[in-house]
Amino acid sequence: MKNDSVYYLKDITAPETPEPGENPSPWTNTTIIGKRLPRVDAYERTSGSALYPSDLLLPNMVYGAVLRCPHPHARVKRVNTRPAEGIKGVLTIITGTTPEADVWWRNEDGYRSKLFDPHCHYEGEAVAAVAALDPYTAQDAVKVIQVEYEVLPYIIDEERALDSDAPRVHPKGNLVDTESYERGDVDQGFAQADVVRERPFHTRCEIHTPMELHGCVAEWKGDTLTLHESTQGVYAVQAKVAEALRLPLSRVRVSGRYMGGGFGSKLKAGKYTVISAILARKTARPVKLVLTREETYLAVGNRPSSHMTLKAGVKKDGTLTALQFTCTGTGGAYPAGGVALVDWLIRDLYTCPSVKTECRDVFINAGPARPFRAPGHPQGSWALEQMMDELAEALHMDPVDLRLKNIPTVSQGRTGQPAYTSTGLKECIESGAQSFGWKAARQRNKSSNTGTLRRGVGMGGCVWFVGGGGPPSTIIVKLFKDGSVNLNMGASDIGTGTKTIMAMVVAEELGVKLKNIQIENADTGTTQYATPSGGSKTVPTESPAVRNAAIHIKQKLMEMAAEELDCDFEDLEFEGDEIIVSSRKEQRIKITDIPKLKKQGVIVGVGYRGPNPENKSVNPFGAQFCEVEVNTRTGEVRILRFLGAHDSGRVMNRLTYDNQVFGGITMGIGFALTEFRVLDTGQTGKMVNRNWHDYKLPTALDVPADMKSLPIELDDPEANNTGAKGLGEPVTIPTAAAIANAIYDATGIRITETPAFVPHLITRLNDLAKEG
Amino acid sequence: MSDKDSKRGGITRRSFITTMGAGVAGVAASGALFSGTSQAKAPEIHKAGEAMRITLTINDHPYVLLVEPRWTLLHVLREVIGLTGTKEGCGRGECGACTVLIDDIPRYACMTLAVEAQGHAVTTVEGLMHGEDLGVVQQAFVQKDAFQCGYCTSGQIMASEGLLRANPLPSSEEIRRGVSGNLCRCGAYTHIFEAVEAAAEMKQK
Ligand code: FES
Ligand code: FES
Repeated sequence: MKNDSVYYLKDITAPETPEPGENPSPWTNTTIIGKRLPRVDAYERTSGSALYPSDLLLPNMVYGAVLRCPHPHARVKRVNTRPAEGIKGVLTIITGTTPEADVWWRNEDGYRSKLFDPHCHYEGEAVAAVAALDPYTAQDAVKVIQVEYEVLPYIIDEERALDSDAPRVHPKGNLVDTESYERGDVDQGFAQADVVRERPFHTRCEIHTPMELHGCVAEWKGDTLTLHESTQGVYAVQAKVAEALRLPLSRVRVSGRYMGGGFGSKLKAGKYTVISAILARKTARPVKLVLTREETYLAVGNRPSSHMTLKAGVKKDGTLTALQFTCTGTGGAYPAGGVALVDWLIRDLYTCPSVKTECRDVFINAGPARPFRAPGHPQGSWALEQMMDELAEALHMDPVDLRLKNIPTVSQGRTGQPAYTSTGLKECIESGAQSFGWKAARQRNKSSNTGTLRRGVGMGGCVWFVGGGGPPSTIIVKLFKDGSVNLNMGASDIGTGTKTIMAMVVAEELGVKLKNIQIENADTGTTQYATPSGGSKTVPTESPAVRNAAIHIKQKLMEMAAEELDCDFEDLEFEGDEIIVSSRKEQRIKITDIPKLKKQGVIVGVGYRGPNPENKSVNPFGAQFCEVEVNTRTGEVRILRFLGAHDSGRVMNRLTYDNQVFGGITMGIGFALTEFRVLDTGQTGKMVNRNWHDYKLPTALDVPADMKSLPIELDDPEANNTGAKGLGEPVTIPTAAAIANAIYDATGIRITETPAFVPHLITRLNDLAKEG
Repeated sequence: MSDKDSKRGGITRRSFITTMGAGVAGVAASGALFSGTSQAKAPEIHKAGEAMRITLTINDHPYVLLVEPRWTLLHVLREVIGLTGTKEGCGRGECGACTVLIDDIPRYACMTLAVEAQGHAVTTVEGLMHGEDLGVVQQAFVQKDAFQCGYCTSGQIMASEGLLRANPLPSSEEIRRGVSGNLCRCGAYTHIFEAVEAAAEMKQK
């Protein structure tokens, strides 16, 4: 796979960094890495003193708000701002006819639109914006601006998007793209199979809704713009804003040291970022523009819905012979990866000689998608893992055994089928099943499932498409003469504990206490270039560069020590915060006692991320197991317990590691049981559940008390010099499918459409009761 | 602001100072949450854009403020006073990111008007600190890693603090209920439960 097909690098031209030179060998034993350590920024985050972008209060700051198109498809005929101009406290109003706001916005694949485009392709497209003294007044102004729309016919049903009479979203028609893939010969594969099954599956559109609303504070000083943005990637935002406003990169500074969640929806700048900059310029005051929760449901991304069909063939002994998959999906009104990676698990997860997939991405008049935690994967998993269970049942095989029968050693879906540097899929499934008590639970439930409350267990495996990270990354570490350290890194910590892990790497190498490490990150003005934090690649990308930077410092220290101790550089080694002479152990010097360091005051170490191994694929793997209880009278599903067994290479911090596992499972529970966008297909084409009351996230009452994280820690010296692979995304991939399989195990009802919630279940339970 | 506007503003403010007591009573009488805080009189009607002078007690400190009647306590905390530890996730009573204690009871600050909070003790996450040191619940959240992005965290901490003030030794089911009005999109619930348990224990000592 080429880099440009990795979604988090789409549209980004990342600079090349130099090769780091000699690669240090993997740690054999560690004193800090792998421990359960609280985060280095835990104080800030729990005391309320961490400043998130939406917390900023700048002198003279005013507030922005955006007027959005209420129709799924419309043309703006006229905007009358006069009623808003009369409101006390309104400072400026910008629309499509404001010269300063006449800005092109580049969407993917060459689709351009204006910042305030007169042709609104989805509900929630920006039409005008206001700056006012306080946020209430800004909203007042938005409400009274009069917009005359020509309401156009719309299409919001992706299954009808290609009908000949379907309204066109763009003049070229509603087909974005068809991606197909083929290996082997599926017809032959099905002919060889003893059992063939085929089934449609459907997953609904899911919305990110991170807790911190999307937004930023924009501030000009002369011709230099500073943006404090809630983002996963300050450099991605910088590039986009500089392009839109035609500014030199050096004149756009983006800072986002804290951010309150993104899950992919904050990988790049939004129109709101540019709008706030224009409002700030026009008012000559800093502008805080934070979207409302409703706006975040409409305009800043989603996980596309998928209409899938999967056909699978298997031999009596459990060997897969063929998989055939089709999918229709939609990224909304602009190209946005509507079917991206939906077929990846079909192609790559289980050994299968013949695979054919065809994925069709269509336009509809709804908000564009954005990458959402493991794009495409939970959808594909929903189909594949349920199909695996169906095959297992047909073969009278345990679902675990069927999967174990088909463990690949090479990445079959990639060109040239490279080997994985490490694959723990087998171990994840085996150890996971054992720790979960899989066999016993299956037996127990089989024999006791007669009453109203029925229990069942389910599982699913996964691989994540990327997760190995790679260049570029540049890290600067400064060691001060008192032994304290400053770590400078461009990457954002989106809540995964990135900063803490990097500090631990420095501490491991230099023997410095965590509390003596200060971190400067996510600021284009003061830190090094970094690609956005996404794709579960931040730790495997940044941590090797951090290690290299620390080792760079070590080398400089050893040179100084060799001079001081009058011995050979080669004869020196590090022990904690001391340097010792290997041949004469009694001869040692504390780092902070090295005279040259004292004189110099500081040593600067620079580290780069080395290349990934050639012709190898670095991927994380996992398997999840759960037990549910279904009330066959009410259709309610209660999740009793969950176990996540994940191979993400070296565990860097067990505490934040477990937190990620539980968090991914929790998000998967939402995808399986409660979350789905509802568009009013009949009358208005509008989204009808644009708030957390009507669109339900899992709460504290929806997650099981019994959650287990079982790291499958395999050595992977080839992956990179820390041996870490990505974690944040794989942990949400198999969750929903595992739940569906458990529901089936409990009730005999296969839920093929998300969410598996009461209305679906009760209908099916009633049908079942009727059939007797 | 034009000259005329500022004059109008001045007159309005003065008239409010004189009618403020009655105004507060009106609000209190209409708000079921805070009924019984003062004698109910005929309600006064205030225009949305007109400021009122109120006194709020936040973290034991009195603040004299000019607020519009429609301003929420959340807006006043964050954008007027600058106590930004309290977060906004939805502004409409769905997520709990804005949770503060009002007379020891967890409340959504986005669903509480600033004028309603008069005469009550408001505690925010900053109010749990002992100088620069973290309070007990905050310490437990650090130890158990009970957050990821940290944006729901102040609200979770305040909900937990409120729970423990009312029920010093909650069962695990009571803990889950106690924080069930607080969404965590990062899904840190498991660690949050552990943190509340640990905090309860620490508070016993
Ligand atoms: S901000 Fe108050 S409940 Fe969401
Ligand atoms: S920690 Fe991110 S929402 Fe709870």
